[in-house]
Order: sequence, then C-alpha cells, then structure tokens
Amino acid sequence: MEYNGAKILVETLIEQGTEVVFGYPGGQVLNIYDELYLNADRIRHVLSAHEQGAAHAADGYARATGKTGVVIATSGPGATNLVTGIANAFLDSVPMVAITGNVSCNLIGRDSFQEVDIVGITMPVTKHNFIVKDVRDLADTVREAFRIAKSGRPGPVLVDIPKDVQVNTAEYIKKPPVQPDAKKAPDAAQIERAVQMIAAAKRPYIYFGGGVITCDAGDEIMALSQKIDAPVGCSMMGLSAIPNDFASFLGMVGMHGHYCATRAKAEADLIIAVGVRFSDRATGDKSKYAKDAKIIHIDIDNAEIDKNIPSTLGINCDAKIALQMMLEQLNPLKHDEWQQEVRRLKQYEHDNAAKCLGKLTPYRIIDCVGALTQADTPIVTDVGQHQMWVAQHYPFKTARSFISSCGLGTMGFGMGAAIGASIATGKRAVLFTGDGSFGMNLNELATAVSQKVPLVILILNNGVLGMVRQWQTMFYNKHYSNTTLDRKTDFPALAKAFGAVGLSADDETSLKEALKQAFATDGTVLIDCKIDDDERVLPMIPPGGAIDDLILK
Amino acid sequence: MAKKFVIGMLVSNHFGVLTRVSAMFSRRGFNIDSLTVGVTELPEYSRMTVTMTGDNYARDQIIKQLQKIEDVKEIKELKHAQSVMRELIILKVAATSENRKDILETANVFKAKIIDFSPDSICIEITGECSKLDAFIELMKPYGIIEMCRTGTVAMDRGITSLKDEI
Repeated sequence: MEYNGAKILVETLIEQGTEVVFGYPGGQVLNIYDELYLNADRIRHVLSAHEQGAAHAADGYARATGKTGVVIATSGPGATNLVTGIANAFLDSVPMVAITGNVSCNLIGRDSFQEVDIVGITMPVTKHNFIVKDVRDLADTVREAFRIAKSGRPGPVLVDIPKDVQVNTAEYIKKPPVQPDAKKAPDAAQIERAVQMIAAAKRPYIYFGGGVITCDAGDEIMALSQKIDAPVGCSMMGLSAIPNDFASFLGMVGMHGHYCATRAKAEADLIIAVGVRFSDRATGDKSKYAKDAKIIHIDIDNAEIDKNIPSTLGINCDAKIALQMMLEQLNPLKHDEWQQEVRRLKQYEHDNAAKCLGKLTPYRIIDCVGALTQADTPIVTDVGQHQMWVAQHYPFKTARSFISSCGLGTMGFGMGAAIGASIATGKRAVLFTGDGSFGMNLNELATAVSQKVPLVILILNNGVLGMVRQWQTMFYNKHYSNTTLDRKTDFPALAKAFGAVGLSADDETSLKEALKQAFATDGTVLIDCKIDDDERVLPMIPPGGAIDDLILK
Repeated sequence: MAKKFVIGMLVSNHFGVLTRVSAMFSRRGFNIDSLTVGVTELPEYSRMTVTMTGDNYARDQIIKQLQKIEDVKEIKELKHAQSVMRELIILKVAATSENRKDILETANVFKAKIIDFSPDSICIEITGECSKLDAFIELMKPYGIIEMCRTGTVAMDRGITSLKDEI
C-alpha cells in the first residue's frame, strides 16, 4: 500500500511488536501524532510531562521486560531533552528506539526554527543513529534500528525523520518483526581452558553483571556456583538476576558493595566474570585490583574484554551459552576451606555493620516495603544514597525487578522509569527516591496520575543532597557547599496538588500505616519519609581507593 | 611501549561515517597520526587507513571499538612487512638561482616530481613511505618550506587477499 511516512512509521512500529510508545508531541512530529491518533486502538501512546521523562519511561519499560522501549519527541528542544535519557540507556545497555522529528530536508542546515543536528549530538551516546531523507528508506531504517537495539549488547538507536519524509508517500509492505543477530557461541577451546582454570582454582569467585539479565542466565550462574562450590557477587547492574537468598550470594561489590562480597573477591585466586565491565565504581584502584587472581572474562562485547581489567582468558560470546557449555564439562568441586573463609567474612560484616541514625532508618524503610511487595514488583530507584541502600538491602527475588540508573547515575531517572516499568508489567511499582532526585523530574507525577499508574513513591527525605554531603563530610572538611537544600517543599501537599495521594512518615508506626494505605490504593501514592541528614552509605571504598581502604563504619 | 600501527578499514560509503570514526578516537582519548578516506572500486564502500602511535592496549582497544561502529564493515591491522604503504606530499620550497640546482638534484634522488616551477619557488610532489618523506622534508627545510600538505598514509596487504574478502 502507498502510505505517507508518518503512517509507514506507525505501521512499522506496530509490525515490530511495539504496544506502547512514550513521547511528547510538537511541530515536527504532528503528522506522526496524527497517525497515533488514528491508530490509538492499535498502539498506546503515553504522554509524559517532559521528553526526558518519556525517555526514562521507555528505558524503564525495556528494563522491566527486555522488550525494546520506544520514545518519540519533536525536533530541537524535544530532541535535546531526550539526550540524558538516551545516554542513560546507552551506559546501561538498554534496548531503545528513539524517534525524533526534524525540520524538512530543504530547511536542514539553515538554523531553522527548532532545528538541531540530533544525529550529531547523540552519536557518542547511541549504538547507532540514522537520519532518513527518503521516505522509501523509512520502514527498513526503523526495522534496522530495532535489530541493532536488540542485537549483541543492547543499546539505544535514534531515528531522525524530517517533516517532509513524514508527509511524502511510499509503498509499505508489512514484514515480520526483525530478529536480533544470532547469539555468538564461544570458542570450544576457550571453554575447555576455562574449565581447566576452574578445576585448578582453590578460591574461585563468580562475579556477574547486567549481561546475565540480558541473556537470562541467572539459573546458569546459580548452577555454576553450586557445581564448583563458589561464592557469587555482582555489580549493581547484575542485581535481581539471581534471588538474594541464594545461599552462595554475597551481594553487590564495589564502592558501596557488601564487605564480604568485595573482600572475598579480593581474596579469590580465580574470578569468573560474566557479563560485567569492571566499572571504576566496582573496581576502585585498578592497579591494586584482584592482584592475586586469574580472571576469566566472558562478555558479548569484545571491546569490554581487557578494556578496564586485563583478563587471563577472555571469551567473547553469549554468556548463557558459555555457562551451559562449562556446566556440561565441569566436574563437581568442593572448596570447604574457602567457603569457611567466606563465612568468616560474612560474620565479620554482620558483626561490624554500621549503626543507623534517627527514628526512621533507610534499612527499616526498605524492610517495611519489602514486607508488602511481591517477588516481581518492579523496584525502581533514583540516584544517590537511597539508591545504594536499596541496592545493598532490598531482597530481590525476580530478574528485572531492580530498575536503576547505574552507569550514568542520572538523578531524576526514577519517576519516568517507574511509570515505564509499571506500564510494561501491569504491576504496582515502587520508587525509592531522595528529595534531591525527586526534585529533578517530579513533573512526571502528572503523568503517573493521568495514566492511572499504580505507584508507591517513597521519598527518603533528609533535606540534603545526601551522597554529595557524605563526600563533603568525609573528604571535604564538612564544607557543605550547596548540599543543604533548605527548601520548604511540602511533598504530601505537592502530591495532592498533582492529583495523587500524599502521606508522610517520621517513625516506623506511621510508615507502616502509610504503606498499608498506599498498597491498598489504586493509583499513585507518595510517602514522605523523614530520615537523618547524617545517615551515611556504608561500607565505602573511597574514590580511587582499593579494598584495604574500605570504611566499614 | 608506544609503536606505530596502521589499520585498514572498509566502511559504508555514507555521509557521517568519517565523523563516527573520528569522534570515537577523540571520545576515547586515542591519538591518531593520520586518517585517510576515499571511495573504492565498490561504490557502497569507502576505505580508510588510520595510522596511530600507541601501545598494544591502545591498538587492541581501537580495533575493538572500531568494530562496534555499525558502518565499519571490515577492519584489519596492516603489518609493515606484509603491506605496501604510501603517502603523498606536495611541498612548496623557496628557490633562488643559486640553490635551484641543488633542490632539483635532491628531488631527483628521491624520485620526486616537479609540478610547478616559478621564479622564486618550486612545487614538488613526492610519494613514498613515511620515513622517506620525513627525510625529504628535513633536506628541504634549509631552503625554506613555504607550505606543504600531506595526504596521510594509505596502505593495503601484499598478495592476492583483500579486505572485502572478509565481509
């Protein structure tokens, strides 16, 4: 059929399995929005309050399901408002297709109204991007965008569509959804060598990251841990891939990781690193990192192997296939002495846990929430202290239930992401945020209310920018430069003004009462939780430090 | 230890590909010595040659990061012994009636071509490997180089193989 570009775009999105798009209309996407209007029964559009919120929503949607998130924005400011959301998805390898309108081809390059070179701007933060200048290329370009977003290591892809391309017509023939590139299998000889290295190890340690969630290999990680009797730790991106109550799981490693998880990794003689990129927040001082350990590094992105930490054996392939092959070849192993040492570290961690301050403590808030959530409730965070407390303490049970901005560390990520995650799963989501992070994109409360999103928002309100303040306390002589907010925001009243329910809690009794109401309410509920402004995230490895610099309390 | 590397690439012949490649170098903090690009016998591909100085880590990372660019179709390190490498320079040197003969003689030894001859200057075209060109430039300096341009190295493997075989 001969369709105009806008209709071709919408038909191609539907053809590729898109059920929901997040976005915000504008001058250069009017034709696309006209088609969305006409096809409202076939594809749902979620209107955000700001394009950044829409991008984070598409991101949260993708993280919660593994499906590709789609976001639409107009040219110029609409497009630039997406940039943080796109960069956020890029750093955390989230599959996303971002569609932007642009001025007509004959106006490009003339600094026209609302014109920016969004392809140029997003080049460093996308897997790939396109500008479509001929409507005949549109459908295949969009299909290619979906293929790239999902293939190998996922990521965001942007397609910029000038207005005249949306208006011009071309032949459209429906095609099946594109398949991502075939999963790369490992080299058999490398697997054999890995098996030998594992068999020879005395203190093996499994360290995994977000790649394990992407390739759905949580079961294989647990099977490997059981078979070779090895403790397991993960990066923040890896959280939720295996249940927290898995016996050998020690938790997150790194700057604010669990003492035992980080320490045991430092004592290991073999680290089996799976789908993880050795980020500086996870490794600390690289020159002192795992000095005595051999490293097997399995990753789908060849460029990650030896990028941050040199490996003894790098295997560039799909992690699930590699783990399955290793499991077939490995004989069961026992490491009693090593496990005993790990238990000793665990006990030490337990005995030396930092004491919390104030009437209402972060960990207790998380406990109270955890008592009311289900195994697959999407747990979303913003960025800062609250994020670390949740990462350390929340009892994750189901893969993809933890949704957080790990690589880019985007304050303001949470509201959009929580809306996207709730819409994607059809479940009530929980957002842990801080008064600082929440302040960045609280306009999305409007979206949550208008879309009737079941969402419980917990603001861990300490009146300060807690994480920065913590650094100022520890490394900047308590010079609290611009981190004491001194705002008079009445968050429950604010929630009410947006049409949500607003509650507050300053002790455990009032929190439990508020949570009870929140989880019984159909819609968006905000709970303002007052916590102490000197509460710190511990343990902590100071920036640039190593395991021996770890501060426990 | 820093060494010189030469990388040959086949890339899609689209607008923006050069930006994608060069932006990656600056984004990741890699220094390149030269980059050349031109269309090939297949109109859908351009060929790039990158020369860089760095250690093995930089070389491996640069190749892996280039491989991740969608428009980069094939990439290979070209080793000195198994490749032919050439660069072209156009160089304008000040000349007087006294030294003109010496300049021409030197150019002749280097098998350079004279492409412009003016009362006060000579324009010379010279092709060869980097080291030869560097030596020639050194010899021309005392006469006064007025201006010069270098193309950067182009290179390919010796023998019957081709980068496009791998695609």
